[in-house]
Amino acid sequence: MNIYVLVKQVPATDKVKIDETTGTMKREEIEAVINPLDLYAIEASLQIKELYKGDAYITAISMGPPKAEEVLREAIAMGCDGGILLSDRAFAGADTWATSYTIATLIKRLKPFSLIITGERATDGETGQVGPSLAGQLDLPIVTYTSKIIEINEEYSILERETEYGTEIVKTKLPGVISVTKAIGEPRLPTLRGKIRARNTKIEVFDLEKLGVRDEEVGLSGSLTRVVKVFYPKISRSGKKIKARNPDEAVDCIIKFLEERSIL
Amino acid sequence: MRRDVFILGEVRDGRIHPVTYELLAWGKELANKLEAGLSALVLGHNLEHLEEIIYYGADKVFYFEHPKLGSFNVEIYADVLVPFIRKIEPDIVLAGATTTGRTIMPYLAGKLKAGLTADCTSLDIEEKTGLLLQTRPAIGGNVLATIKTPYCKPQMATVRPKGKKPLERDTKRVGEIEIIRPQIDLNPRIEILEIKPREEEISLVDAEVVIAGGKGLKDPKNFSLLFEISKLLDSSAVGASRAVVDMGWIEYPHQVGLSGKTVNPKVYIAVGISGAVQHLAGMINSESVIAINKDPEAPIFQVADLGIVGDALEILPVLKRKLEERKR
Repeated sequence: MNIYVLVKQVPATDKVKIDETTGTMKREEIEAVINPLDLYAIEASLQIKELYKGDAYITAISMGPPKAEEVLREAIAMGCDGGILLSDRAFAGADTWATSYTIATLIKRLKPFSLIITGERATDGETGQVGPSLAGQLDLPIVTYTSKIIEINEEYSILERETEYGTEIVKTKLPGVISVTKAIGEPRLPTLRGKIRARNTKIEVFDLEKLGVRDEEVGLSGSLTRVVKVFYPKISRSGKKIKARNPDEAVDCIIKFLEERSIL
Repeated sequence: MRRDVFILGEVRDGRIHPVTYELLAWGKELANKLEAGLSALVLGHNLEHLEEIIYYGADKVFYFEHPKLGSFNVEIYADVLVPFIRKIEPDIVLAGATTTGRTIMPYLAGKLKAGLTADCTSLDIEEKTGLLLQTRPAIGGNVLATIKTPYCKPQMATVRPKGKKPLERDTKRVGEIEIIRPQIDLNPRIEILEIKPREEEISLVDAEVVIAGGKGLKDPKNFSLLFEISKLLDSSAVGASRAVVDMGWIEYPHQVGLSGKTVNPKVYIAVGISGAVQHLAGMINSESVIAINKDPEAPIFQVADLGIVGDALEILPVLKRKLEERKR
């Protein structure tokens, strides 16, 4: 069974610095990490490998600059078997449609597979659109917000997913796409053996030519959306401040405030 | 041909979900600017009260009725909607940024080769071109970006729930309801075996009081105080800042802010939250705000109706005790 896990390198969220004049991210000053939510996708793939009765081979796939190779090695250190990097200047500036298109094109070139697994969203773009868009483009079934892998075999998988309204148990034929949430379970840590393997594994790189697509199909030129402007949100509201001499006085103010608004 | 603004209604447990009415309010603004009509797409089985969708702003309702449309299945929805959208060629399609909207919209966009912007906080029409301007948090919620889809139709977007109030319900409004009974030959690869509804719990976006915690709580254990206080208040829920969610103190569904949920309760109580722009954007439309923070310079005080400079860890236990006394 072949499994592809999609991972992305993102800036560490709390350390983002913005260039005040251009409104863009100062990428060079930011530490790049594996998208934290992708760790759960890797964890899910490893759980599936354990649950599946036969042989399973997990390939982590990423798209990004050459440096994004790091996240593939991290995935291998956790237990993935191989890594593929989509990297070319022409891929830069892709929106979710163009990103999905590029990944879909790659996947069509690779060996047949049972599952494509993604995290819920990336912490930089926060769209969560690449998984379902990829499924749409490849005409595959997708199960989003997967919280548990119940059963897996060659034909189908039984999964639990969580929505605002409750829990669903779904059965999906394979091949298919699933996106997983944090509920899937704490991601395991890299092992020493994994780290050694990660160092020695060759990461296969696909550029524009190797992928066999034209410049205008990918990256910014292949994107259907355009960013018009970037700006800071305006916040305005007036308030007043009291300095409580002790907790009792503070609480009395809060209770009075709640009473005035018929909460109490 | 006039190209309408479309919204994709949401149905749960055989009823029209309120987010549908919010979508109509979003759509109406755009339709007015474009001098176009507003249509709603609704998929379901044995749905009643479709006229409500007209009362809340739609000029036309396309209701797809089929036993297989009784609950959300992404493949069946796409099987019905892809050919319909190709035929009708709507200018704009909007859906809620719910688990359903965030699944079906990118799936459809992938199949239709349509531009899609996730989780918008505001929408507008560009004057010269009539294009949809979609504004959403970007770069981890640190800034807002305005995005457009210049070269292809439909222009698709999801908008976050509670981002806009529904229009006034008007039973005098007239509109057309077209019932479509699609033939669904598709044998879906996804089968829903069981649905277990969540036990009744006030959701963050519906709560009248939100008590939210930040780094000032010092320790993840102290979130239990917020939950205990929340239980003592009617219609109350617990929120959190991004910082504490990132540190794993509390789960993501509790996060309020640009990259979390938008709330507008009667009272928002911010405890130990400094008030980064990212957080303020998710709670600024609350009817009133109480802030408790040690730092008198914390930006949260600029938006508070009642600002208390003090140690949350001293104040919360007293608040809990006094609320308990009142319950007796």
